[in-house]
Amino acid sequence: MHTLKDSLSSKKFTITAEICPPKGTDVSDFLKKAQLLKDKIAAANVTDNQRAVMRLSSLACSVLLLKQGLDPVFQMTCRDRNRIAIQSDIMGAWTLGVKNILALSGDHVSFGDHREAKAVFDLDSVQLVQVINKLNSGTNMKETPLKGGTGFFIGAVVAPEAEPWEPEMIKFEKKIEAGARFFQTQAIYDIDKFHKFYEYARKFDVKILGGILLLKSAKMAHFLNTNVPGVTVPKHLIDELEKAKDQLEKGIEIAARQVKELKKFCDGAHIMAIGQEESVVKIIEGAG
Amino acid sequence: MIITKKKDFSKILEYLKGRDRVYLFGCNSCAEQCETGGEREVKAMAELLEKQGKKITGSSIPDETCYSMLIKKHFREDKNAIEKTDAFLVLACGAGVKAVADAAGDEKPAFPALDSLYLANVTRYGHFFEGCSLCGDCVLGETGGICPHTQCPKGLLNGPCGGMANGKCEVNMENDCAWILIYKRLKAQGRLGALKRIASPKDYSNGVKPRTVVVESRIKK
Ligand code: SF4
Ligand code: SF4
Repeated sequence: MHTLKDSLSSKKFTITAEICPPKGTDVSDFLKKAQLLKDKIAAANVTDNQRAVMRLSSLACSVLLLKQGLDPVFQMTCRDRNRIAIQSDIMGAWTLGVKNILALSGDHVSFGDHREAKAVFDLDSVQLVQVINKLNSGTNMKETPLKGGTGFFIGAVVAPEAEPWEPEMIKFEKKIEAGARFFQTQAIYDIDKFHKFYEYARKFDVKILGGILLLKSAKMAHFLNTNVPGVTVPKHLIDELEKAKDQLEKGIEIAARQVKELKKFCDGAHIMAIGQEESVVKIIEGAG
Repeated sequence: MIITKKKDFSKILEYLKGRDRVYLFGCNSCAEQCETGGEREVKAMAELLEKQGKKITGSSIPDETCYSMLIKKHFREDKNAIEKTDAFLVLACGAGVKAVADAAGDEKPAFPALDSLYLANVTRYGHFFEGCSLCGDCVLGETGGICPHTQCPKGLLNGPCGGMANGKCEVNMENDCAWILIYKRLKAQGRLGALKRIASPKDYSNGVKPRTVVVESRIKK
């Protein structure tokens, strides 16, 4: 099995994509998507109850990907577990063969399908990276030696288009200090702005995968702009989609174009197709 | 100040089902300012209950209903009315309800007429802003006096989350992101260094409930 770490350290342009676990225990579609993407991408991210909507566990689905021969990036948020459960699940993932982990804060429960739930956030994303790093060094977060630690390739998220930018940059540097070695960014739309971010980020010993979000339609772009925090799809892209005969094809074309741009300077791309995993193959082919 | 809001009257009737002789407590402190448990509200509650066929055996609006000894004293002073009472209805915060429930003891129940919400700053007359969650491990020294446990819905300690957009909070776009406010203030004070240091995970052991404090100098007197 080729791995994310090998791909990134070989300096070749590395593509990862997101696969969302099913809302239930029937994993047949999930496995089909894994088969489809298996030889096209370096690794697949398994989301952790994304947008606070309850789904099959990211840990279980990561292990399913392993069995399919696809290197999983186990996503772990701080929203649903306290520090005891977090450490325990992270070690569990390691013992089952998972090698990559992505630390996130997580969307607030008020976005999801269980709005009455208690939001945990016992740790935040910087502290989560720190905790994984401790487990990697063979102790728990209290520095008590473990009978066997972990050896994760630790990733985190950065928002290269955040406004204001300075506090985001401070947080990015804290994640690096805490032990993050690769970053998958939030969706990027302004390549020039992203390029500037990349120039600054390459001062550090970390790999950057630019986030590409597939716009399935103009309607989706409008929805994202009004409902999804931190996402602003620029007007010229929405216009382009609106004018197209087949909006999904157009969205794929736009995404492929963005990946192509990234190939010129970046370490890789992370494609988020939200339920349209089939399109990822087309995006990759379109990017050449 | 403790902010309270009125429960649905139907909930109160449910509590008082089969208990027809009711004694009312208000509170002349926080609940008075929230207009949930002052003189006017206690009087209005008495009228509503009377319309439902309840008998009001008595009422009181202590200066601070959370003072347990004050409530006990009141129970002794109004013994006759209290003896004729089936249940107490308290228009005060949860601490007020507890004070009355403890004074009433095992025989008679006390019910809350209000929901207790939060500890507030009075930002303008009649405007109450949640400023502190009483966590037991105050970080305001590192955050420019703006509480990330309270003003950030996720209680994050190391800066804004990915959902922040143009300085606004992902959970409610009408609110400023706490971390942008903190950043701006620290920057203005030349203290961005505080933001650059990784904040450790919170020590929740200081918050194990119930917490009690005894001020030694006050009990020796
Ligand atoms: S950190 Fe926030 S919640 Fe804790 S004591 Fe200070 S102001 Fe209150
Ligand atoms: S946007 Fe800011 S205040 Fe809102 S949850 Fe994120 S970090 Fe907290």
